[in-house]
Amino acid sequence: MIDILLILLSISLLYMSISNRLASYLQILVLQGLILFGTTYLTLTEVNTLNLLLIMLETLVFKAIAVPWFMNYVIKKNKITREAEPYLPNFISLLIVTLIIVFAIILASFMNNEHLDKTFFVVAISTIFTGLYLIVSRKKIITHVIGYIVIENGVMVLSLAVGNEMPMLVNLGVMLDIFASVLILGIFFNKIGDVIKDPDVDLLSNLKDN
Amino acid sequence: MIVLFLIGTILIICGLFFNKNRTVNYLLVSLYVVLLWCLGVYECFHLNQTEFTFFTADSLGLLLLLVLCIVAVPALYHGYRYLEKHNLGETPHSRGIFFGSMVLLITSCGVAYLSNHIAVTWIFVEITTLSASALIYHHRTMRALEGVWKYVFICAISITFIYVGILFLSLSMKGAGIEDMSFTSLYQNRLLLDPYWLKLSFLFIFTGFSAKFGLVPMYTAGIDAKDKAPAPAGALLSSILMNLGFVGVYRVYGIMVQTPVQEWARAIMIISGLLSIFVAAVYMTRIKNIKRMFAYSGIEHMGLVVLGLAVGGIGVYAAILHVLLHTLVKPTLFFQYNQIYWIYQSKSVNDIGDYFKYNKTGAILLLLAFFSATAMPPSGLFVSEFMIFQSLFESHHVLMLLVVVLLLTLIIWGFGSNIFKLLFTPLEKELERSRIPHISPWESLSQYVLLAFSVYLAYNPPMEMVNLINNAVRIIQ
Repeated sequence: MIDILLILLSISLLYMSISNRLASYLQILVLQGLILFGTTYLTLTEVNTLNLLLIMLETLVFKAIAVPWFMNYVIKKNKITREAEPYLPNFISLLIVTLIIVFAIILASFMNNEHLDKTFFVVAISTIFTGLYLIVSRKKIITHVIGYIVIENGVMVLSLAVGNEMPMLVNLGVMLDIFASVLILGIFFNKIGDVIKDPDVDLLSNLKDN
Repeated sequence: MIVLFLIGTILIICGLFFNKNRTVNYLLVSLYVVLLWCLGVYECFHLNQTEFTFFTADSLGLLLLLVLCIVAVPALYHGYRYLEKHNLGETPHSRGIFFGSMVLLITSCGVAYLSNHIAVTWIFVEITTLSASALIYHHRTMRALEGVWKYVFICAISITFIYVGILFLSLSMKGAGIEDMSFTSLYQNRLLLDPYWLKLSFLFIFTGFSAKFGLVPMYTAGIDAKDKAPAPAGALLSSILMNLGFVGVYRVYGIMVQTPVQEWARAIMIISGLLSIFVAAVYMTRIKNIKRMFAYSGIEHMGLVVLGLAVGGIGVYAAILHVLLHTLVKPTLFFQYNQIYWIYQSKSVNDIGDYFKYNKTGAILLLLAFFSATAMPPSGLFVSEFMIFQSLFESHHVLMLLVVVLLLTLIIWGFGSNIFKLLFTPLEKELERSRIPHISPWESLSQYVLLAFSVYLAYNPPMEMVNLINNAVRIIQ
């Protein structure tokens, strides 16, 4: 069951690479949040109940509900156009994300560690790098933020792999999630949205060397 | 003591945020300086003692804490001067946020130096991002917003990378059955750790720390940040915050020493160091904005530091000495920058010149600071840089040494042509005498003291400092 959820997560990455509208990105974020919610419940069997509840609450409330809702609010408020505006055609994006997943599988085949489920490793690494790819290949600032949240989801998967032995690390990950997302979304995206309508990275190129 | 310090700091920060009165604000900041110095002196007498489970003042942490104590005083003083003079539209609220963030930044750096647990270091690195972003956004302009957005975004990614590195580190510990993630336990069990995960872990942690350290993969955000932050804050960002990156890399590299992974870690650090010096050389030869030029000079120095660290031998000693001296030298340039801006109202090289005519004390200081920052004798950095070259030579990296020397020459040329333009070239259109603010020579006092102190430390090092550095080097050798 865990494997199915994780594979679903990597399929969602492929879908993300070809989707065109911001709304579908947000829907995928909701889906990923729900997948993480399920994976957390199934994986962390040895963690004490209160801690588990806290982590699950974070994945459900924060990842699956609050962040997508807030982004939707920002998009509506600033009347951001619904297109994602990628720099590359969708077909090439799809190819690149596939290559990332293949690369992660090759990387995993080099390791010999009986303590780690390889599926977790492959999915986590491919999610992290897909997030980075989304950041560099999309034009809007809000898609950068979406890319960052995808990276966070990948990191969450990785932390679940060691979660049973070291619950402290999972808690740290939850902290990172909340801290970074609140900092990025809450304060600054709001500010940027107020100052420039329809934010585009081209507008953020005033700081130069001469 | 460290608990008392943290509680005291939190109370002071709350006070600064909610207080509206200027005098109370001054008092609170003075109180903080006293508290910081108390911590520094206390840790001098409690070397290598663990407090509150997670904090140990080892030699490296103590050295960096002491230079932090020294630099914090002029930084806060110039912060006041900045707010009084530079920005007349200052409200009590923005003043409170400015000093609260300065105090938070200084505290989180200082405490992170002392932490003996990688996760605790990581948490304080997060807090520095928060406080630094408040400082960068001090002026609430569009460009400051751009700078802060880039800084926050890149730092968020870098923090995530460090976290992924910590996860890999925990995977390498899993096979050996180690659960304690403190540095002491990691150093003791370094040979039991799984090399595969250790390799990945170093790669990610190093990349993550490079944002604070000012090295190649992620240095970019730091440059914009130092450019947009008020100069006293920029001084802190380019000294104590870079040291935080150094501490992180140093301690994590300590785990790799004597394991099969060491060569891998070395290769990564050498590549990153060389590229950093290269990038600094490329930008400094064509840069027109003096504040950014000072920031790029920091990139160059950190590149040298990481090279010294990587080749080992005397290089490790030199790296620590270089970091300490750089912490004293670099802030002087940033403090001095404020005076330049007051006179010319511009940071572009095209609008400045003939500085000797307008501000003699400042001009002499700038000349001395230029010699110091480019590591020409009698600068203190000359000693440590020379030792880094020596270590490169001894470890048979002659080709690399040649490349580095060539790049440094380019950097001195770029740096020098801008500074000499500022100091000597007559302006096309003279400034109106009435418009030039009078700058008291006393404002440069702290900079002279810092420069003199760096020279003193390099040419006549106190025995205690040498012993502390040698103890710190023992982690690596």
